[in-house]
Amino acid sequence: METDSRIRVLIAKAGLDGHDRGAKVVARSLAEAGMDVIYTGIRQTPEAIVDAAVREGVDVVGLSIFSGAHLELFPRILRGLQEKGLDEVIVLAGGIVPDDDIPELKKLGIRAVYGPGTPVDEIAAYIRKTVARAAKTAGKKGLSKSRYTSSIPK
Amino acid sequence: MSDSKSDWQKTTLTGALSHFPERSPSFTTSSGLNIEPVYTPDDLPDYDYPNDSGYPGEYPYTRGIQPSMYRSRLWTMRQYAGFASAAETNRRFRYLLEQGQTGLSVAFDLPTQIGYDSDHPLAAGEVGRVGVAIDTLQDMDVLFKDIPLDKVSTSMTINSTAPVLLSMYIALARKQGVDITKLEGTIQNDILKEYIARGTYIFPPRPSMRLTTDIFAYCSKNLPRWNTISISGYHIREAGSTAVQEIAFTLANAIAYVEAAIQAGLNVDGFAARLSFFFDAHNNLFEEVAKFRAARRLWARIMKERFSAADARSMMLRFHTQTAGCTLTAQQPYNNIVRVAVQALAAILGGTQSLHTNSFDEAYATPSEDAVTIALRTQQVLAHENGLADVVDPLGGSYFIESLTDGLEKQVKVYLEKVEKLGGAVAAIESGYQQREIQENSYRQQKEVDAGRSTVVGVNKFISSTHKIAGLTKIDPEQEKAQKANLAAVKAGRDNKRVSQALDNLKQVAAGDGNTMPAVLECVEAYASVGEICDVLRVVFGTHQELLVF
Repeated sequence: METDSRIRVLIAKAGLDGHDRGAKVVARSLAEAGMDVIYTGIRQTPEAIVDAAVREGVDVVGLSIFSGAHLELFPRILRGLQEKGLDEVIVLAGGIVPDDDIPELKKLGIRAVYGPGTPVDEIAAYIRKTVARAAKTAGKKGLSKSRYTSSIPK
Repeated sequence: MSDSKSDWQKTTLTGALSHFPERSPSFTTSSGLNIEPVYTPDDLPDYDYPNDSGYPGEYPYTRGIQPSMYRSRLWTMRQYAGFASAAETNRRFRYLLEQGQTGLSVAFDLPTQIGYDSDHPLAAGEVGRVGVAIDTLQDMDVLFKDIPLDKVSTSMTINSTAPVLLSMYIALARKQGVDITKLEGTIQNDILKEYIARGTYIFPPRPSMRLTTDIFAYCSKNLPRWNTISISGYHIREAGSTAVQEIAFTLANAIAYVEAAIQAGLNVDGFAARLSFFFDAHNNLFEEVAKFRAARRLWARIMKERFSAADARSMMLRFHTQTAGCTLTAQQPYNNIVRVAVQALAAILGGTQSLHTNSFDEAYATPSEDAVTIALRTQQVLAHENGLADVVDPLGGSYFIESLTDGLEKQVKVYLEKVEKLGGAVAAIESGYQQREIQENSYRQQKEVDAGRSTVVGVNKFISSTHKIAGLTKIDPEQEKAQKANLAAVKAGRDNKRVSQALDNLKQVAAGDGNTMPAVLECVEAYASVGEICDVLRVVFGTHQELLVF
């Protein structure tokens, strides 16, 4: 079954800023690279992002933030994912993140931080390489067939 | 010797191209306008100088809105600033004024922009990050400490909470003993582009439009020298639009505001002179200069022909410019200084009234004092060393610039007609039209860069290892706690009965059809907080849900 072999990605806008240009370009590019992509829209709380990740059964969560609140919000998201048993989910980040903050984000379990100017192909290649395909069979029922959809958790 | 351009193309040019083929099969601007190898009188067969260009300070203002432009007065150098606490931002303001900056521009943090107090759960981690945290009039008092409000002009980037922050500014002026009719400045107050591109909306579009026109009406009576709106193409462009889309969607929004104000019973010449604009200065120098010229001409004609404005000032498109943040690279960040200088040049050649130059470290953080000083010095060099301010519209009359100005104007009109067919800017936004158009172009641009068809120096060409920038601005997480403690102290020390009466009154006014500004002002003077005031309005107006378009 085709959808079962697709990598599922949640692109989520954490924080209160409205800079969604990068998130939308990445979402669409990953969808065109053959992944199932769910985009949350702007101003999502950590809880809403964790809920969306659970509901959509994703392999990857891409967090986009430009507001500077990453050191407050990202730990809450990672903790939430762990509490829901989603330790295996690969978490990536993008946006305006000072270099000095990257070691702390990596320590939290964020696998890569993509700043301005990153080619989208690089992100897609990293996801393909990193997602352990064989491991995922659970949580796949009743998923949307669309390759690029929205999910605004309420 | 050739008799015409086509003659030259067939003979001299074709001969040369067989030895020296062009670097690219075609040359185009960001908006897809074709660029010819050279421009001559043959490219302007219908050019009518008095009607199309005219003289500076005269309709249709293509060459500039003032007769002598920068020969009399330089543009206002206005750096957008704000971070951490009101006290910290006040220090930055006074530093910038000491360095020769001529106007202030306040950046508010996101909770202030979205109507949450610093102690709201959604404000966690956001307080004082991208701008200054303002909860009550007390913070505003600290923000402008030792800055007399009758001596500066102040621009405030605030939209859904514009009535609250403008009321705080008025209340503070009264406290300082300043005659409020003398206040000069600008409130962004442009909610439509928040739905299209910037994202700090609270209420749905239609009640938001009422708050906008309430400010128009209030200021026309009480703050005659205040710019009641800054209709912004900047964020539309930064979200990925072309130059044509930037102008088209901005003017479409402007038309919607004028119509809403007329519908609210205002006379067009009673408010239109106080409308101002805000554009992006992007990379393509010639297209940007032509863009500013085309925007002026289009607006003058729209105001005269469509809205029958009679006052010349109602037809003048006055604008602020900021260099393009989205062109700043994290790679080889010092290259950004050069990008900013050339973009600032475009704004000056385009006749801007005020200018913000970006700092080279903004792909990393809120600008440091050193970086913002270089950005301001860039403007001062351009103003005083290069002869740019000695002549009005120096590129006017260039065959190329006039041809580009015409070409952009034509394409903008096509978009304006499309928006009109969809029922105007508000209905088009509700259908996701502008958002989709911008998204398509932003995606296309990224693909061009990724494929190497579009060059970004240091990113996809001329790559070398990046020097780390030292001295980035760091926001101390402790300041969030201090801000929350301040707010708690204000709430404990104020007359809470007066606060709840003022909030109740606002609720009634908002539910009816009176002007909300006096009621908001009353709340602010009672030290009600931004969050408390917005919560009242949330109950009356409801909140907006993002429309996702794919």
